[in-house]
Amino acid sequence: MTTSTGAAPSPGRKLNRIGLDVSQYRGGKTTLCAGCGHNAISERIIEACFDLGVDAKKVLKLSGIGCSSKSPAYFLSQSHGFNSVHGRMPSVATGALLANKTMAAIGISGDGDTGAIGIGQFVHLMRRNLPMVYIIEDNGCYGLTKGQFSPTADVGSTLKNGVVNDLPPIDTCIMAIELGATFVARSFSGDKKQLSALLKAAMSHKGTAMLDVLSPCVTFNDHEGSTKSYSYVKDHEEPLADLSFVPYFEDIAIEHEEGTTREVVLHDGSTIVLRKLDHDYDPTNKAEALRVVRETAGRGEYATGLLFIDQHKRDFCTTLNLVDEPLAALPVERTRPSRAVLELLMDHQR
Amino acid sequence: MATTDPALQPTAPTTGRTINEFSIQVATVNGSGSQTANLILIRSLFQMGIPVSGKNLFPSNIAGLPTWYTIRANKHGYVARKKEIDFLVAMNAETAREDVQTLEPGAGVVYDEPLNLKALRPDLSFYPVPFDKLVAAVCPDAKLRRLVRNTIYDGVLSYLLDIELGEMEKALTKQLAKKQKALVLNMAALKAGFDYAEATFGQKASFGAERMNTTAGKILIEGNQAAAIGCLMAGVTVVAWYPITPSSSLCESLIDLMRKYRIDKATGKATFAIVQAEDEIAAVGMVIGASWVGARAMTSTSGPGISLMGEFTGLGYYAEVPAVIFDIQRVGPSTGLPTRTAQGDLLSTALLSHGDTRHPMLLPSSMRECYSMAMDAFDLSERLQTPVFVMSDLDLGMNIWMSEPFPYPEQPLDRGKVLDKATLERLGAWGRYKDVDGDGIPWRTLPDTDMPAYFTRGSGHNEMGQYSERGDDYQRNLDRLARKFDTARTLVPKPEVDVVADARIGLIAFGTTHWAIVEGRDQLWQEAGLATSYLRLKAYPFTDDLAAFIDRHDRVYVVEQNRDAQMVALMRMELDPVRIAKVRSVLHYSGLPIDARSITDAVLAQEGLAVARAAARAADAPNAAGVGGE
Ligand SMILES: Cc1ncc(C[n+]2csc(CCOP(=O)(O)OP(=O)(O)O)c2C)c(N)n1
Ligand code: SF4
Repeated sequence: MTTSTGAAPSPGRKLNRIGLDVSQYRGGKTTLCAGCGHNAISERIIEACFDLGVDAKKVLKLSGIGCSSKSPAYFLSQSHGFNSVHGRMPSVATGALLANKTMAAIGISGDGDTGAIGIGQFVHLMRRNLPMVYIIEDNGCYGLTKGQFSPTADVGSTLKNGVVNDLPPIDTCIMAIELGATFVARSFSGDKKQLSALLKAAMSHKGTAMLDVLSPCVTFNDHEGSTKSYSYVKDHEEPLADLSFVPYFEDIAIEHEEGTTREVVLHDGSTIVLRKLDHDYDPTNKAEALRVVRETAGRGEYATGLLFIDQHKRDFCTTLNLVDEPLAALPVERTRPSRAVLELLMDHQR
Repeated sequence: MATTDPALQPTAPTTGRTINEFSIQVATVNGSGSQTANLILIRSLFQMGIPVSGKNLFPSNIAGLPTWYTIRANKHGYVARKKEIDFLVAMNAETAREDVQTLEPGAGVVYDEPLNLKALRPDLSFYPVPFDKLVAAVCPDAKLRRLVRNTIYDGVLSYLLDIELGEMEKALTKQLAKKQKALVLNMAALKAGFDYAEATFGQKASFGAERMNTTAGKILIEGNQAAAIGCLMAGVTVVAWYPITPSSSLCESLIDLMRKYRIDKATGKATFAIVQAEDEIAAVGMVIGASWVGARAMTSTSGPGISLMGEFTGLGYYAEVPAVIFDIQRVGPSTGLPTRTAQGDLLSTALLSHGDTRHPMLLPSSMRECYSMAMDAFDLSERLQTPVFVMSDLDLGMNIWMSEPFPYPEQPLDRGKVLDKATLERLGAWGRYKDVDGDGIPWRTLPDTDMPAYFTRGSGHNEMGQYSERGDDYQRNLDRLARKFDTARTLVPKPEVDVVADARIGLIAFGTTHWAIVEGRDQLWQEAGLATSYLRLKAYPFTDDLAAFIDRHDRVYVVEQNRDAQMVALMRMELDPVRIAKVRSVLHYSGLPIDARSITDAVLAQEGLAVARAAARAADAPNAAGVGGE
């Protein structure tokens, strides 16, 4: 994500490296339910942008339709936002970033928006490795239409009225890894530290960063019997590593204790530090990532953290060999061929 | 006339020969490689200065099903499909007999000898040709014969119809310039066909070609190619599409053009992005995303894709985001007849998506308009901040047409109302959906500029772009959008009107129907003394010219290529009942391009003049047998 340096911090208010205080990263007042996981995620996005010193003018916010998709109205009010149609945000984001590849994009979707109506566009977004952060605010249900099951609901999970889900869930992280996303993570809206680090890392990644963030719906899916409730997720979260993020502009020496940490240095020079927990986890190993996510899910647990990263695959704008300037800003002299070209074309047809 | 013994025949043209007024139909099997042979026929007539047109009637199939190609040469310049076939080239065993039965008396038939057709009708001229024998002689490699066989009929027709062999060779050379081996083989086949015909038939056909001077400087091109050149010249930067007949060749042409002419010289990088999307929903979504950020973006599709684009089109309308969408119309609801032509998407496109929506549509009828309206569409779409549709069709998009060369665009691009510092200062304050100029068009801001950001949404919003479910906010917005649509009326291309002083009857048409109207009006005048005025629509919404035209006439016939009189339905939405009472319909929906005869007959029938014409026709041609039609 593009960052720029601004005025030096003045004492009093806490200012970031471009001289802004956190309020300048806020959005409109949320209209989501109090306690909704989605609000917590918005807070983390605000913090991450503040901490990184993101220039809001260089950010596009995109979403589909759902409670989750309303969130972009609640952060970064100085960024342009587009609350599009249900399940089709990936295509809008694709067009937007092709039109201006110098922008950073944060897409917010829901598990219904992505896993049901939008699964096709999701699949192709992952394949293309469009450089953007794609967040699924995953609550296992359709919040905005009042609590029906979504495709990420687990087998045996129940609705409030007792209806049992009998279809297997779609694991969006497994899909994303298999389809070619180059940064895949799972987190929990209640895990401040991990989510913040992941968001900052995702924003520093060059390629599609897909984050599935478990985000309980307190109104329709927070009861006993739900596998997406606060208490269930809290009890069944299994972090793969203790994760921290060191931005490129911070001069912090990373403690090395042989065999206990792994570091992933990102494109912009920032570093993800993974401190070993039960066992050593290597997020650059695709087969291992898939195995671990599956195995953990099989135990009814959620493997969280950075599941997979590939820093070698080209992002979509690079694949298309776009000029350095935004296509949207090219002057007519560069987009309308000359009179001679038209004459040549006419000659071909004679 | 039966086949003749060459030894006994003089090589002199038939007396009373019809010159530069004939149609040729080539009936082959799809995938048998007749494309080149047919193009050579068209090109050589064109090079002889004779007005010519071609219609490819092909199946939705890669190989094996019957396909027909009709070529019309006409000294008067009529280029619409002609119903009657004067000369058949029967290469397809499966359809040959039926093809022969539908010919007008006096027609000629070149056929593959083993088909043995000559006993079928006594009133036709038959020319059997042993294609296999001839091709074996010129092409020893059996595997290549398929690519050469059809060129033999070009040679045969060159002789029989006096289409100059030299022009055929020139056309062949142009067509196969990069394939030397194929060129040599085809040249030999051409000559073999000519020599065989000369040696065998002696007498030429009762139709023939003679050099004219009407095509100098003109080009031959397909509408999709013309539209692609228009998009190139409009400075399009983002293209997203999903393959569908008959639209694919538009984006495919555009890809070729962009790769050639839009690579930055200094860096070797692309000044464009073209994406083959996962479906039409994604294609139009990408166009909307790109246009929202300020790029010129387009997609191209056909009916099924238009149906899928509904929801996004409504978003574009309500959130006021530009988008240029080409609809190369094909036949039918559902999959329909994918390779046949129609004007059947008008109503569904004009009102595409739920809620109250209206979309401007441009209606090209020529190669020049495929080109210029592509550019108009981008200007209008950015000016009006709304999706604009270009309603082409298969006939226009995929068939070859003559055209004057395209003029270089002299106008600067119209990028519409994009807020900048000076405007903001002049306006004082800015609201995304505020009508500050009284034309219903608000000012928009673009990301990555120093103008204020806003939140674009398809949900309810007020003038400031804030979320709102208030009835008055909604209504005010919808009324402004209606005002904006009225502004569109003043910006879209005006119709072309030809008012004939004493005409009581007016004809209205648009798109490819135009060419059959040109000829039909002449027929109405020549055959029944019926003078007609004509208005050719170039766009929706309608301009004032439409009402004025109806007012001038007692009865107005709207001729269109669909079952439900869709253009009349759109007129009904805005014309008063007195005017609508004057409107009648002539409808054509067989999937074949509309022809003049069908229009003439339908108008005469509705005017109660059909009997008079039939009598006049019988008097003209007292010996004609009652066979023909389709
Ligand atoms: C085409 C279409 N179909 C249905 C809907 C209704 N709808 C709105 S939001 C939604 C589901 C949202 O669920 P999810 O994406 O999981 O988001 P959440 O509200 O749970 O955050 C549905 C079905 C719609 N807006 N558009
Ligand atoms: S309904 Fe559920 S998802 Fe929607 S805002 Fe309320 S808690 Fe959040």
